[in-house]
This record gives sequence, C-alpha cells and structure tokens, in this order.
Amino acid sequence: MSKKVFITGIGIICAIGNNVEETLKSLLAGKSGIGEITRFNTVHKGIIPMAEVKLSTPELLTELGHADSDSFTRTALLGMKAAKEALKMAGIQNTKEYKTGLISATTVGGMDRSEGFYASYLADPGSGRLRDVINHDCGDSTERIAHELDISDFVTTISTACSSSVNAMMFGSNLIKTGQLDRVVVGGTDSTTRFTLNGFNTLMILDKTGCHPFDDNRAGLTLGEGAAYLVLESEDVVRKEQKKVLAEVSGYGNANDAYHQTASSPEGTGAFLAMSKAIAMSGLLPADIDYINVHGTGTQNNDLSEGIAVERLFGEHVPPFSSTKGFTGHTLGAAGAVEAVISILSLQNQVIFPNLGFTTPMKELRITPVTVSSQRGVETHCDVETHCNASLLRHVLSNSFGFGGNNSSVVISMNNDQ
Amino acid sequence: MNNNPIYINGIGNVSPQKMVMNGNLSGFLAEPDVYDNNQLRCIDPGYRDFIPAELIRRMGRIIKMGVAASKLCLRDAATGLDSTTEIIPEAIITGTGLGCMEDTEKFLASMINNKEEFLTPTSFIQSTHNTVAGQIALLLKCHGYNFTFVHRGVSFESALLDAMTQMQLEEFSNVLVGGTDELTTNYFAITSRLGYWKRKPIRSLDLLQDNQRGTVAGEGAAFLFLENKKNAHTYASLSAVTTFLKPSSGDEIKQRLTDFLSDNGLTLQDIDLALLGLNGDPRGDRVYHEMAGTALQETPLAYFKHLCGEYHTASAFACAVGAMSIKTQSVPDVIRLSGNPARLNKVLIYNHFRENNHSFILLSRP
Repeated sequence: MSKKVFITGIGIICAIGNNVEETLKSLLAGKSGIGEITRFNTVHKGIIPMAEVKLSTPELLTELGHADSDSFTRTALLGMKAAKEALKMAGIQNTKEYKTGLISATTVGGMDRSEGFYASYLADPGSGRLRDVINHDCGDSTERIAHELDISDFVTTISTACSSSVNAMMFGSNLIKTGQLDRVVVGGTDSTTRFTLNGFNTLMILDKTGCHPFDDNRAGLTLGEGAAYLVLESEDVVRKEQKKVLAEVSGYGNANDAYHQTASSPEGTGAFLAMSKAIAMSGLLPADIDYINVHGTGTQNNDLSEGIAVERLFGEHVPPFSSTKGFTGHTLGAAGAVEAVISILSLQNQVIFPNLGFTTPMKELRITPVTVSSQRGVETHCDVETHCNASLLRHVLSNSFGFGGNNSSVVISMNNDQ
Repeated sequence: MNNNPIYINGIGNVSPQKMVMNGNLSGFLAEPDVYDNNQLRCIDPGYRDFIPAELIRRMGRIIKMGVAASKLCLRDAATGLDSTTEIIPEAIITGTGLGCMEDTEKFLASMINNKEEFLTPTSFIQSTHNTVAGQIALLLKCHGYNFTFVHRGVSFESALLDAMTQMQLEEFSNVLVGGTDELTTNYFAITSRLGYWKRKPIRSLDLLQDNQRGTVAGEGAAFLFLENKKNAHTYASLSAVTTFLKPSSGDEIKQRLTDFLSDNGLTLQDIDLALLGLNGDPRGDRVYHEMAGTALQETPLAYFKHLCGEYHTASAFACAVGAMSIKTQSVPDVIRLSGNPARLNKVLIYNHFRENNHSFILLSRP
C-alpha cells in the first residue's frame, strides 16, 4: 500500500520535439509544431494543417535500432521512443527488480498501416499484405513497447478516446496504491492517419487556419501525433532506491458527461465532476490549483463547455490557464500524457506556457488564457529539491476530455517531501 | 483499502446461446445452440426490449449487443434488490479486443471508395473503442467512472482488475463490468487468410473432436454487476484475477497458477472445477492439455468455446457460465470434460488468446 504515487521519469515525442529537452526548448520559444501534412497522401493536403512528428517512420526505426520495418506501426515506434526516454530518465536499467507494469493508451492503434491494407482488400479480398494488418489492434503497440522495455508482469491498453492516457495514469496510480505494482510506465501513443483526419473532418471540427483554443473565432482543432510516458513509482521504491522525484500524481478523477456521443454538455457536467474529483482526491481546494493545462481543443463546443465548468468550479478565482494544443496539436490518445509531461515541465521550470493562437476573448466567458510565456520565481531551471517550497507553481490541474462523454482530470504536484 | 469479498449480483449475457432471462437458471445450457459454419454469432435478444426504437436503426451491432447485455445485467441485479427502479451503477468498465469493427470497416470503406469526400460522421463516431461504455452511460444518464480496456485477450480481465482494485480502494461499492466483441464478415475473411479458423466447417459441439488447425470464430457481450454486498440473488464472488504475457514454458504457467492460488490462500486441491479456454486448435490447446496432465490432474475440467466461439473477450462468457454454475451448484452437461465435482466452492477459469495473453480468474461460492 503506497499512499503517494511519484513520477520519476518522463519521455515525449511530439510535433515540437523528439524528446523532453527539444519539447521544452520549443515551449519556451513559443514555437508551434503545426504545419502542412507530409506523412501521407490525402486530398486534404495543403488545406487542413496538422502537427506531425518531425521524424519519419524509417528515421524512427533507425533511431530505435530496428531493421525489420514490417513489424512496427508508427504508433508503436512513437510509443517505444518516448517510453524508453522515460525509463532512462528514471534511471531504470532492469525492469525485473520490481513488479513493473505498462499501461498504454491509443485510439488508432495500427490504423496507419491497416488503412493501406484495407484499400487493397476492398479491391480484391485475396489481396493486401497481411503484414500490414496484423498490427491493427490497440494492444499491438503496447506489446511492442513492453517488449522494448522488457516488461511482462502486467501489460494492458486503454482506449477512451481523447482522455485515454490520463486514464492510463489513473489506473497505474491505483495499481501502485494497492501494491499490485511497484513501478508502472503509463502514457499513450497515436500517429496521424487518414482515418482520423477524415473522421474529424466529417464532424466539421478541423480548423483550416490552425488551432485557436479559447478564442472567440475558433473553428476547430488541429490533429497532432506523438507519444508521452511517465514512470510512476511507489513510496517504498523511491525511498529504497533514493530516487529523484520529478513530481507527484496527487489526485485524479474520471466522470461521464452522459450528454451526447461526441458533444459536451452546455453546463460542462462531466468536466466539472472530473476536475472536482481530482482536486478532492489531492486533498486540496480549488484555490490551491496554481495553473490549469486545459483540454482546450479549439472546437466551439469543447472550449465553451470546459470554460463554463472551470468558471463554475473556481468561481471568482480561476487560476491561470492555457491550452498547449497550439504547440502540439491534438494528439488524441497521447494528449493526456503529452500534457502531463508539459505540466511537469511547467512545475520544474516554473513557467506557464502560452496558449498559442488566442487573440479575441470568448463572448460567453469572463476568463481568458495565458498568452505570453509567464515565468514564476527567478531561476529558469528551478531545482525541484531546493526551490519547491518557495515556488509559486505547486499544483497543476490537467484536463483531457473525449468522445463517449469521457472526462478526466489529474492534479500533478511538486513533491514537498524531498 | 479492504479485502472484503466482491459479489457478482447480476449477469447479462448476449451470446450465440439462448439468453437466461430474469435469473431463471433452470434450463441453463440444457439445449445448447449449435452452429455449423465456424462462425458463432449472437442470438438477437430482441433489442426493442432494451433500446429506444429510434436509436436502434443507427446503432452498430456491437453497441446494441453491449447495451442489451448491460441492461439485462442491471435488470437481473435489480431482482436481487427487490427493486423496480433501474440501477445506476457507480462505474462502468468494459473490455473489448477490437472495439467497434463494423463501424470501423464502414468508415474505412466509404473513405476509400469515395476518395475522402462526401463522408458522413456516424460510422466514424461509433468506431471509437469506448462507444459501448459511453452509450450505456448515456442511456442510463450515468455520470460515474467510465473506462474501456482494449488489450487483446486480456481486455475483459483488465476491466475486472480495475473494478476490483477500486472496490478495494473503496472508491466504489458497485461496478458494471463487461466484455464485448463482434464478429464481422470482413474480420472473418481477413483472419481466415491468417489461418485463425478451421478450413472445413465443423459442428460447433464437435470442436474438440476436430484436429484441423485453427478454431471457430465467435462473439459476445457479457456483463456482470459487481457489488460489495451479498443478497439472495448473488451468483458467486469474484475472488481474484491475474494476467500475464507470453509465458516461456508450461512450467512458468504452473508456477504462476500456484502463486495465484497461494496469494489467495488456496492450493490446487481447493479448485473444484477448472473451466478451460480449449478451442480445438491443436497448437493452442497444448498448454491446456499440459496443465490438465499435471497441475490440474485431479481437478474436474470443463470447457466453453464450443458454445461461444473464440474471440478476445470470451472469458466474459466463461465468467457468466462459471458464476451460474456456482449458483446452481451444478455443471451443465454440455461443458463437462472430465471429473464430477462434489461441490462448486471454487471455480478457476484459465484462458489464453493465441498463446499470447493468458489469464486466471477465480470465482467462489458466496
């Protein structure tokens, strides 16, 4: 039984960086990763922007040292790269010394290859390369990552649309709290596909001018791709191994909006419940939250619903907030973990990263996001061990909401014990 | 945190077998439904009894199966509470190996055939893996915790583990948990090319007598209503679940089984019945035979995939069958393989999916 769940390693690959360091650099520089579609052929190329990871699939294979290109989907490769970085940062060489698990999230799984297979199959049921479809299911990328990290004690996958990887963090934290695992790598991975691009396009929620979260003139989201993972460890392991702790998972909550399959309720019921649960579990009050990394997709519906829920919950004292999707795009199943990593970078560096793409306040809301990089404290790279008490950013709330009314929030805190 | 028992107080099982209605177990698997084309599909439960008519037409089949099974489960659980009002669970947790295949295929086909133009959103929306759990919540107006696990042959087990973990953490006093997967024509055609299924059609009840490679395909939606309190309607208790990936040998499986039982204060002698995932594929069945010849040598054995076919969440069907057997304290003839248990206090379900994902589930007499 571990009361606390510590984060000891993070890894990320997204449109603004192939690792944590590059991602931080882009965040500090205010550099967006949104651009033209280059990864696949589509009629939407040059019209709808996307936030692609800058490494091609062959480059990812080379970087990971895998020659056999047939065995891996892009989703798996992105996940492998980010998960390895997280494990390395946590200083874990041997995943067998403690009971270790992997909980990964994805929404598209191996669709990046199976959509190609399906075109051939439709033309002739006897054709299409079977090696392009055997990795279709969501569990495939997870097992590839597990194999890469040598994890076999517990391996599973979560898919709850855009809240998936926050949910992976929640489940992992619960397995640590009950002592079923000592360590768990949690996060998510999704690559861009024609399937998701066309799917979101049918909903008419892809903004041709890029992503403008919480702006009155917002017209939709920008799809992104990427992966991010966090290493969670129990109190016991952290103590025994004298681990450096990056942050703590102090609270989390999942609730269902139960309003519509894709749209959020006008009152933001699910969002309100998820945030309230997360803050309550952390033992904090809303006033203790120093920053919210909002879901903020840039769709008319999400930002209004989320904004109303935030105003309802925080009343007159809404903390500074921003959506970082203007940097990374909406990475779907990876989004929760991508934004958890960004939230940790906020805590470590005492910086609130700006909400790119915002110019005009929303008519319906009284709140507006942070638009310029806002630095807290004095040092650029705050040393967690010595400066955490003096710092102004102690608790970050990160939101991720998805189809099926799935709403999740997590509170990530500076660790005061160290 | 507590280790109090978790009870199965309701079951809803939409499967290739006739439904058990209103908890009436008298004819349970007495006249099994038989298939002869290597594809076992769910018997239509009469969706109008469970889903508003205006929604039925647009809903994908797996969503209908899942919603119907969940409603059946909650109605069944309500009989134990002598309640006429619908139960709203505190949490809904589902597992699915492949999610909503029919809608995924539909959207892919229209995207390809229409060259990415003039597409409609319905099948894309429904293709999302958590659609079944989301739809159940939507129809019940249930704002509680809502999760969907999508990990191959342990999707349902992951859902069980999540439910049990949070009941131990006292987050919930009840959870609706289920496993859903659908068999589509295209999935069957593609996986046939991969050699998943027997080439020549067999009679489903002769599954273990056929020595062709491969097995028969199936599908299903089975839900359990878990609660921390026992009542007169309780089927069984859900004592433990564990999963593991790609064991290196039969010895590893035996070791994991011994550890699993001893973690629960039991030995192999305590198991009254082992319900095995035998599917008639000589290759995959080897590990079951090895276990039957060693660790489970003294244990009465039963099997179930001749009734539901092979699919990623077939263990949810097995849980329903196991829990019903415990409640009636009898093993239906059609699932009996060897031995004759004097009592059913402990039932072990051992299943693997394509030798990759393995699981043990332990059910107990409440």
